[in-house]
Amino acid sequence: MSQRIDVKDLNIFYGDFRAVADIEMAVEPRSVTAFIGPSGCGKSTFLRTLNRMHEVIPGARVEGTVAMDGVDLYGNDIDPVAVRRQVGMVFQRPNPFPTMSIAENVLAGVRLNNRRISKGDAQDLVEASLRGANLWNEVKDRLDRPGSGLSGGQQQRLCIARAIAVKPQVLLMDEPCSALDPISTLAIEDLIAELKASYTIVIVTHNMQQAARVSDRTAFFNLAGTGQPGRLVEIDETSTIFSSPREQSTEDYISGRFG
Amino acid sequence: MTSTTSPPTAGRRSDGPPSRPAPALRRSGRVRDRGASRVFRWAATGAGALILVVLAAVAVFLVLRAWPALTTPAAELTEKITWLRGADSLAAFVGPLVFGTVLAAALALLIATPIALGIALFISHYAPRRLASGLGYLVDLLAAIPSVVYGLWGALVLAPLVQPVWAWLNRYLGWIPLFGGDVSPTARVILTVGLVLAVMLLPIITAVSREVFLQTPRLHEEAALALGATRWEMIRTAVLPFARSGIISAAMLGLGRALGETMAVLMILSPGFLYSFKLLVAGQQQTIAANIAAQFPEANPLGVSALIATGLALFVITLLVNMAARAIVARRKDFSGAN
Repeated sequence: MSQRIDVKDLNIFYGDFRAVADIEMAVEPRSVTAFIGPSGCGKSTFLRTLNRMHEVIPGARVEGTVAMDGVDLYGNDIDPVAVRRQVGMVFQRPNPFPTMSIAENVLAGVRLNNRRISKGDAQDLVEASLRGANLWNEVKDRLDRPGSGLSGGQQQRLCIARAIAVKPQVLLMDEPCSALDPISTLAIEDLIAELKASYTIVIVTHNMQQAARVSDRTAFFNLAGTGQPGRLVEIDETSTIFSSPREQSTEDYISGRFG
Repeated sequence: MTSTTSPPTAGRRSDGPPSRPAPALRRSGRVRDRGASRVFRWAATGAGALILVVLAAVAVFLVLRAWPALTTPAAELTEKITWLRGADSLAAFVGPLVFGTVLAAALALLIATPIALGIALFISHYAPRRLASGLGYLVDLLAAIPSVVYGLWGALVLAPLVQPVWAWLNRYLGWIPLFGGDVSPTARVILTVGLVLAVMLLPIITAVSREVFLQTPRLHEEAALALGATRWEMIRTAVLPFARSGIISAAMLGLGRALGETMAVLMILSPGFLYSFKLLVAGQQQTIAANIAAQFPEANPLGVSALIATGLALFVITLLVNMAARAIVARRKDFSGAN
């Protein structure tokens, strides 16, 4: 249920503007890879190319290859919709569907995939997914209430439950804790540590302590200046990045000298 | 205005009496609310109250002027008003008109809503941006056409055009009561009216629902897309549920227009005063508004009063329709996405 991602010569564009240049990296299966870097360096943009969400923005396009277990996600015969069913995503701000109940939210992805699912199976899946997101005990008595009535942290865990309900290969998280309080953040971080046993996880974060806490490998992105494309500076074991990075700019960034 | 109307306390406040060390922090409506904000408050309150006043004035007018007809005994009424069409009481006269009005409006809404939603979705989520703005402008232009022109067009162009279609419906689907009976050779029937009304409703329903569709939070659309939704699935899971109350509002705005539409109905429909579901037969139904316009010039005082009574009925229908729409919108408020 988890796969390796190999990125090669990836250039990402918004119209004519090259936002990210020449990315080359490998994301290991069953591990947490964190992307850090200053605002505007393209880490979120890059994350969104891993499930082809980048191209939903008008004018946005990608050159290069992103291979999941050897299959290029940008190949001619690849359906972006199918990619997104394999690569789940959790967004910066919790976004449960406000018109659906908690249970319906969890099942939203499964229902989309046009799978007929029996009532019993649906209940089991809701429970398993919510347990997987450490939310079951808090919401089991109000599964038919709207998801928007939960707290921010609970909503975010509901979104994680929704994402893992479709059993993706990879889970992308775009600053999943930046809108949350410290307690909720801790809950999400614990959850990430549990989820990595079964999923390949890529997380974008502005919080370097968070990257140090949750990730196995860390990638540092930087840009030369405004109007310049963002680049991958280096990627290594998290302990190495935070103790003895190869690049000076990485050390400057993690020691708080800029960004 | 401020200086003349502000209460004395406000005037003293600017001097800053030493006995009150922090006057600005004191919670007093009089002090906080002055100058432009006071003007604005009264203007807004006044505008809000004006709606109630106008509504009440219309209701009072309708009841007062309808009173003679409402209180006159049925026998006298039928004797003095020649065009009661054999109805033996006011209620028997109003009933078929209410029926015809609701039928025409319902037909129009039934035809217009799906098409309008389709156009709105195309403009908001499918069309390339430049095409979308042009198309939106064209649809808005439909609203600028006077209803008398729609009436002319319906009677002179559309009716002959759809007559063969109606005849076909009658021949092959005549076993459905709606399409049964002797099909009208001129197509001046309620279904043609419904069609023309539907065209008149298109711009308003399209414009309102398009705005609502465009307001769907990007976040929810992306949530659906990231789960592996196709564009249509994304619209079904994120856009339509979010826009639900807006769609109902749009339809109700359209229904309001359809219920009150006069000229187009008057010019197209061959009227009748029956409770009839025969959509393709002439001389079956009539609407309240068209009937008032048709009878008003020749009505005697009691006749005018009777017509105004029908107008009162239309007023009540419209109110009920709007209240029903509100109830529908409120029923699933928790899930509306407004919170």
